[in-house]
Amino acid sequence: MSESCEITLTVNGVRHQVSVEPRRTLADVLRIDLGLTGTHVGCEHGICGACTVLMDDQPVRACLVFGVQADGSSIRTVEGLAANGELTDLQQAFSRHHALQCGFCTPGFLMLAEGYLAETPAPDRVAVREMVSANLCRCTGYQGIVDAIVDVAEQRFHERPI
Amino acid sequence: MATASSARQSQQWVGQPLQRREDSRFLRGTGRYTDDVPHAFALHVAFVRSPIAFGVIRSIEVTRALEIPGVVAVLTSADLGHPSLTGFLDRDEFVTTSMPILAHERVRFVGEPIAIVVATDRYIAEDAVEAVACEIDELTAIVTMDDQVPSQIPIHDAAPDGVLVDLRMFTDDELEGVLAASPLVVDETFRSGRLQAAPMEGRGALAEWIDRDDQLVVTVSTQLPHQVRTGIAQALGLVERQVRVIVPDVGGGFGFKAVLGREEVAVAAAARILGRPVRWAEDRLESLTASFQGREQEYTVRAGFTEDGVLTGLAADIRCNVGAYSAFPFTCGLEPIMAATEFLGVYKVPRYASRSRGIASNKPPSNAYRGVSRPQIVMVMEGLMDRAADRLGIDRVEIRRRNTIRPEDFPYTGPNGITYEPGSYLEALELCAAQVQQLGWWQRREEAAPGFIRGIGIANFSERNAYGTATMGLRRMPMTPGFEVAHLTMDASGDVTLTSGTCSAGQGHETTFAQIVADRLGIAPDRIKLRQGDTDLTSFGWGTFAGRSLVIGGGAAAVAARKLATQLKEVAAYLLSVSADDIELSNGNATVRVSGESMSIDDIAKTVHFRSHLLPAREEYLLESHGSADPSGMFSNGCHAALVEIDAGTGAVCVLDYLVVEDCGVIVNPLVVDGQVRGGIAQGIGSTLYEEAEYSSDGQPLAGSFMSYLVPTAAEMPPIAIHHLETPCYQTETGVKGMGEAGTIGAPAVILSALNDALRSRGAWLEHVPVTPADMQQLLALPIETESS
Ligand code: FES
Ligand code: FES
Repeated sequence: MSESCEITLTVNGVRHQVSVEPRRTLADVLRIDLGLTGTHVGCEHGICGACTVLMDDQPVRACLVFGVQADGSSIRTVEGLAANGELTDLQQAFSRHHALQCGFCTPGFLMLAEGYLAETPAPDRVAVREMVSANLCRCTGYQGIVDAIVDVAEQRFHERPI
Repeated sequence: MATASSARQSQQWVGQPLQRREDSRFLRGTGRYTDDVPHAFALHVAFVRSPIAFGVIRSIEVTRALEIPGVVAVLTSADLGHPSLTGFLDRDEFVTTSMPILAHERVRFVGEPIAIVVATDRYIAEDAVEAVACEIDELTAIVTMDDQVPSQIPIHDAAPDGVLVDLRMFTDDELEGVLAASPLVVDETFRSGRLQAAPMEGRGALAEWIDRDDQLVVTVSTQLPHQVRTGIAQALGLVERQVRVIVPDVGGGFGFKAVLGREEVAVAAAARILGRPVRWAEDRLESLTASFQGREQEYTVRAGFTEDGVLTGLAADIRCNVGAYSAFPFTCGLEPIMAATEFLGVYKVPRYASRSRGIASNKPPSNAYRGVSRPQIVMVMEGLMDRAADRLGIDRVEIRRRNTIRPEDFPYTGPNGITYEPGSYLEALELCAAQVQQLGWWQRREEAAPGFIRGIGIANFSERNAYGTATMGLRRMPMTPGFEVAHLTMDASGDVTLTSGTCSAGQGHETTFAQIVADRLGIAPDRIKLRQGDTDLTSFGWGTFAGRSLVIGGGAAAVAARKLATQLKEVAAYLLSVSADDIELSNGNATVRVSGESMSIDDIAKTVHFRSHLLPAREEYLLESHGSADPSGMFSNGCHAALVEIDAGTGAVCVLDYLVVEDCGVIVNPLVVDGQVRGGIAQGIGSTLYEEAEYSSDGQPLAGSFMSYLVPTAAEMPPIAIHHLETPCYQTETGVKGMGEAGTIGAPAVILSALNDALRSRGAWLEHVPVTPADMQQLLALPIETESS
C-alpha cells in the first residue's frame, strides 16, 4: 500500500477534498468516499459503461480513471441531472420509452447520452444506435434507449436558441 | 369461479401503458442496490478461489495474509464449522450431493471459494487474497460430458460415473415400432453452449448480527428472499426467525439470482462469527466464472413423420452438463426435468419417450437461466420441423400448421401428461406468416447484395409458467414452491400498502401490481405502494422466477383487493344508509349506484382509523385483507420470425429484422410486456450468435470478462415489431399469463431456422448454438447447390 494523496474535485458543482490512495478508482471515490452511489460498477474493466460520468464534460469510465487523475476536474454524475428536483427531458424520455428495467445501467446511459448530445446536437438514429452500443444493458434490448435519445435530440434541436 | 369475477372487473388501469413508478429513483441515481446500502462500519470481503479445476486440498496457509494491516480474519471451511447447502430431489434417480460453503477437501472448479478474507477495505482484502497460499494436488479435469478418467477419484464419490440425475419420466413400448414404420425419421443431435445470465449487477451481500432482535440481518441481491432465509438458517444452524433477508433494488436476475450462493452464506457466517457487519460485492470475473451457469446441453433425437409431414413419435436422449454441484434450492435436476417434461411444445406428438441426464463436470454449477431448457427444446423441435419440411418438400409454415395443437383440441393432454389450456397456437403462426408476407420479407430475402446471403426463420412455441404447488410437487423438491399470499393495508390517508413474497429484479412490479389493485379499489395506482423483498415485512412466499410474479403474486393481490373493496363498501353502506351491494368504488369514491350519493374513500379510511365510534362494533377493525393464489401453471405462446443476413466473405451474421406475435393472456401494462419481450430476445440473440462461457481442456475459464463473454450491444440488435393476441387465463382472477421468458426462448430457434434457410443452397445444416463466425466460414466454404426455397 502506498501513501494517500489529497485531491480536490468538483462534483455536481460542489467542491470536495478527499484523501485517496493512488490506486483508488474514481468510481470508488464517488461511491464510497462521497456516498454518490448512483454511479454503478458493472464490470470494472471498462466495457459495460455503467460507471460512465462526465469529467470536464467528456464521458469517461469512472472505473478506468484513478481518483488522483481526476484531481482538479469537474465531474457530473447522475445525481446532478435533476438538480432542481424535476426530471430532465432526457430522464423523462427514458421513462416514456421504457428505456430502463432494473435501472442498473441507466445512470451510465444517461451520462453517456448527455455528453454525446452536448457535442452532437442533431444525430440520426444510426449514429445514436452506434453511440448507445458503447454501453451494455442486459434488460431492455436497447430499443427504448435509442428511441428516448433520438426523441430528446429532436426535441432539443427544435427548441434550440437561434 | 375466477373467470366470472375477472369478466365483471372494470379495467380502468389494467391494460394501460403506464410509465413505471420505479423509474424516478432509477433515473435519479437514488435507486438502492445491495452495494449501495450505506454502512459506516462494514468490513469488506474478498474470496480466495481455486486456480485449478479439480484437485485435493493439501493445505491452506493464511499467516502471511493475516499480517497485512487492515486484515481482520481469514476463514476457511473448518473455521466456519463446515457448513454446506444441499439442493436435492426426493427421487430414486437423483444422487444427492452437498455443496460446501467453502471448499472442503476437494476443489471442483476454477473459482471455487476456498477461504473468505475479511478486511477494513476491499483493496486490502484483495491484497490479502494474494498472500494466502493453497497447496492443491491437481487431478485431471472433467470438462465435457464425454470426458472420463476412470483411473482417478470421481467428482463426487456418490456418483462414480458422474451422473447426478438420470430420468426416464416418459416411456412408450410402441414408440420404436412406430418409428420403424414411419416413412421419414429425422435423426439429429443438437447442442447448446454454456452461458452466463450476466445481469449488470452481480451478486452481493451485507450481513450483520443485531442482538436486540436476536437476528442475522442479511441484505442480498436475490430473486428468492424466503428461500435464501431458509438456506442461511439451515447452513448456520439458526431458526428461520433469526434470519431476516432484505432485498433492495436488484440489478437484473434472469434466474441467475434464483438461487442461494455459497458466498452469501459465507458472508453471513463471517458476520456471525466476527460479530461485525461484513459486506461483499461480486466482481465481473467472479460473476462470469465462479457463480452459476447453464444451458450446456445435448439432444439426440429421432422423430418420425408421415409422408404428409405429420409427427408420429419422438425419442429423445437429453444430457445437461450441470457442473460441479447441485444448486440450492432448484437442484441440478432443474434443466433435465424441464427439458424432458416440456419437450413437445405446441405440437401434437402421439408417442414420446425420453431419457434425461444431468452430468457433473469441473465447471461452476448450473442454475436457472431465463427459460430453463425451453430455448433448447424449442430450438430442437423447430429444427426437426425445418429438417422434415426440407426432406419431404413441404413448406415450413405448412408442416408446422399440420402438427400444431388446434383450437378444437383444447384442453389437450399430451403424452407428457400435461393438459394444455387454450392458447392461440395456430392463430399466432398464421398471423406471423401473414406478417412476413405483408412486410415483404420474402422479397427482401432475394435482395441481398452480392457477397451476402439471406434467410428467414420461423419458430412457433409455448412457454409454461407460473407453476403452482400442484405442478411443482411433481418435481419432488423438499420445499415445493407455488403459492403466493398478498397483504393489503389501507392507512388513515386512504393510501394502500401491498406486500408480496415475489421480488422484482426490474420487471416493474410496483407499477403492474398497483394497476391490478387500483381497478379493484377504485383508486389511482399511485396511491398503492408495493413492498417486497423483506422477510420480516412480507408473508412467506416463493420469490420471482418462471413468469410467476404477476400471475401468482398479482393474482393473490387481486383477491386481497376484492376483499378490501368489500370492507370499504360495507363501511360506506353503513355511513350512507344503503346496502353494500348498491355501492360502487371508482375514481376515489364510494358511490351509491342509484342516487349518485357518494363519499370519498379517503374519508372512509379516516373514519375507520380515527372515528371508529361512528361505526357499529365490528369483528375486524381497520382496513386490512389478504389473498392467496396457487394456479397449477399455464402456457403462454408466441410465434417469432427473423430475417438474417450472412456476409459470405467474413461469416458475420446480422439480424436485419425481427417479428413477434405473443399471447400472454390479459396484458396489464403493454410497455412492460414489450420491454420483457425485447430484452428477452436480446439475450436469446446473444446466446445464439455471441455468448459462450468457454473452457479450456483443463477446465480453465476462457470467458472471464466482457471482452470475451460477448453480451450483445445496441449494434447487434434488430428492430423488433410486436403483435399481441390475448387468450385469457382460466386459472387466475386477472386472466394474466406469465411472459418474462418468451423472448429468450424463441430467439435461438428462429435465428437458427433463418441461418439454415440462408445456408440451404450450400447444403449446410446447423444444429448448435452459439454459431460463431468460424462455423459460418466453414459452412460457406461448401460448394453452392442450385437455389431452392
Ligand atoms: S464498471 Fe466501468 S465500464 Fe463497467
Ligand atoms: S435496465 Fe437492467 S441493465 Fe439496463
